[in-house]
Amino acid sequence: MSFPWAEHYTPKHPAMQWIDEKLPLPRLVYNAVGAGYPVPRNLNYFWNFGVLAGLALVIQIVTGVVMAMHYGANTLVAFSTVEQTMRDVNAGWLMRYAHANGASFFFIVVYLHIFRGLYFGSYKAPREMVWLLGLVIFLLMMATAFMGYVLPWGQMSYWGAKVITGLFGAIPVVGEPIQTWLLGGFAPGNASLNRFFSLHFLLPFVIAAVVILHIWALHIPGSSNPTGVEVKGPQDTVPFHPYYTAKDGFGAGVFLILFAILLFFVPNFLGHPDNYIEANPLSTPAHIVPEWYFWPFYAILRAFTVDFFFVPAKLLGVLAMFASILLLFFLPWLDTSPVRSGNYRPTFKKFFWILVLDVVVLGYCGGAPAEEPYVMISQVAAAYYFAHFLIVLPLISRFEKPLPLPNSITEAVLNRYNIQGEQDALPGMGSDPQPSNAG
Amino acid sequence: MVRIGAFLVGLFFAGWLLISFLVGAVAYVTEPPQPTVEHEFHKAPKHVSFSFDGPLGKYDQAQLQRGFQVFKEVCSACHSLHYVAFRDLKGIGYNEAEIKAIAKQWAIKTPDVDPKTGEMSTRDPVPADYFPKPFANNVAAAAANNNAIPPDLSLMTKARHHGSAYVYSLLTGFQSQPAELLKKFPDAKTPEGLHYNPYFANLNLAMAPPLTADGQVTYGDGTRSSVDQMSKDVAAFLTWTAEPKLENRRRAGLATIIFLLIATGLAYMSYQNIWADKKKKA
Repeated sequence: MSFPWAEHYTPKHPAMQWIDEKLPLPRLVYNAVGAGYPVPRNLNYFWNFGVLAGLALVIQIVTGVVMAMHYGANTLVAFSTVEQTMRDVNAGWLMRYAHANGASFFFIVVYLHIFRGLYFGSYKAPREMVWLLGLVIFLLMMATAFMGYVLPWGQMSYWGAKVITGLFGAIPVVGEPIQTWLLGGFAPGNASLNRFFSLHFLLPFVIAAVVILHIWALHIPGSSNPTGVEVKGPQDTVPFHPYYTAKDGFGAGVFLILFAILLFFVPNFLGHPDNYIEANPLSTPAHIVPEWYFWPFYAILRAFTVDFFFVPAKLLGVLAMFASILLLFFLPWLDTSPVRSGNYRPTFKKFFWILVLDVVVLGYCGGAPAEEPYVMISQVAAAYYFAHFLIVLPLISRFEKPLPLPNSITEAVLNRYNIQGEQDALPGMGSDPQPSNAG
Repeated sequence: MVRIGAFLVGLFFAGWLLISFLVGAVAYVTEPPQPTVEHEFHKAPKHVSFSFDGPLGKYDQAQLQRGFQVFKEVCSACHSLHYVAFRDLKGIGYNEAEIKAIAKQWAIKTPDVDPKTGEMSTRDPVPADYFPKPFANNVAAAAANNNAIPPDLSLMTKARHHGSAYVYSLLTGFQSQPAELLKKFPDAKTPEGLHYNPYFANLNLAMAPPLTADGQVTYGDGTRSSVDQMSKDVAAFLTWTAEPKLENRRRAGLATIIFLLIATGLAYMSYQNIWADKKKKA
């Protein structure tokens, strides 16, 4: 697809020839995830998470469609239909626990996928569109997960829906009408539950469509790699199949083992006990917290405690929370360093790990009650989060002196395995001086 | 342009957060937050061991049946068990005839409609029925219970942190208010009609101690029915009502993980095999 030496699809079986003539779908698959897609030969395990996110999406759609067959989107029965699914439907407990924990695993692999992109500079030219589409997927996932959490109509479902739609209420003048319009009422009710169910069913298919665009955009420049040096020739790549299908198969196995441990042995570990209490508009839970994957953003929301002149603190929190995700869309233009991989950026690398720690701290504070010292800690951590992306990163790119890059992917691989003979035999090795690898 | 804009936005958010931090820190130092009575006196559930602890633990059916007896003779007077049906009792070792008899003799009747007149009436429950609720509605429940609605118990052990231990601790945790508490928080005296219990989130609950004397329930299997034993048994029973598929789940999990370990091992070997020519060492 992207490189002239990519293998061409030549169907051998007459049936496949017949199909390929009428509809070149086999060709498309072959070029997308088959032997027709050349991939850098040096990808590490962090490159498994894209495929794993796809696997998680499939698990969510399959279990979700089955759950929908047994679910009643009505406030009078929603909670009890979910309980009946758990108790009276064959393997209903398996579907429910797989769906609830599947959402968590989807976010785990997507967060690892995003941090991989941040460390290895995968968002840089020529892959900006891949990054932007990935962020669109992330936003859709957050919306889907939020609405899905409302559906069981437990206490956290109800109060979570109230708090999150309340964010729109913080917008001046039009805020409250917007909140009422989103909910279809003045508080979460039957109208809200019905539309959330409808959208929760729709959005995963929108995600699947954007995933196709994400992969399409990826295949134009081809996959990035841990050195950040572009592919220079056939010796730098291997066909996706069988090399990376085999590696991803192993990765999927490890993923499924960890998923099975949680799903079968501690299925409620990541959930909140309050969601096993049916929604009650008259009784507010002691601490309203979202699911763990929203905690860092929830901490940013709650970190604003002081009004900025005429702007209330609550509105600032809402703006900051949205800004904390939207700023990622500008990342390709904020980080101007020509070197992609964090492995060759000593200063960037240190700040990257500070960011990882910072997001973990934010997550911890977001899950904790809104009390001191958690609020003060989240204020410092949120300040660093914004400073990292908007101030530190552009400055590092300007002043940092990167380490020397390998001349090619193959050179990096051969150095790692200490293979002398093959290196001498390769043509054109080391012939071009210090390449600018930012495309 | 993007970078200048970003710098200003970053400066604003980070700067205002640090100012908020300073405001908060000054307040924290000048007016340190007052400890609340719940903060100081609420206790985490006691440590208690059950047969279903651990990844491969199983329910003890005799214990579940004893717990069911405690529920039937004590709890069910006020608490519903709305998501559990009589037929489900098969899961704790009763046979069909026994379940039929339990349903028929259940003290609370199932609401029904008289087929001739259409008037509201009641009938004896059958195995297909869910456990009937002790009160006609929430208003009746609140009126009979000092304005507190006794919660449904089907999911109680999943609706609290460490639910099984929580139920056990709550049932054995009633006590008089510590003198130290009243000395420190004179306003926190347990109000009239409520009962002090340090395992309850806000320390005072409407439920009077339900299990008060050893031998309150006479166990058919000869187990001595101390308050501690009854509390433990009913906690086990409520763990089963909340998670009746626990044993199936663990069995399926063990098989799945064994399968996945083998499959992943094979996947790893084929990965190594396929990559052998790309990774060979000198």
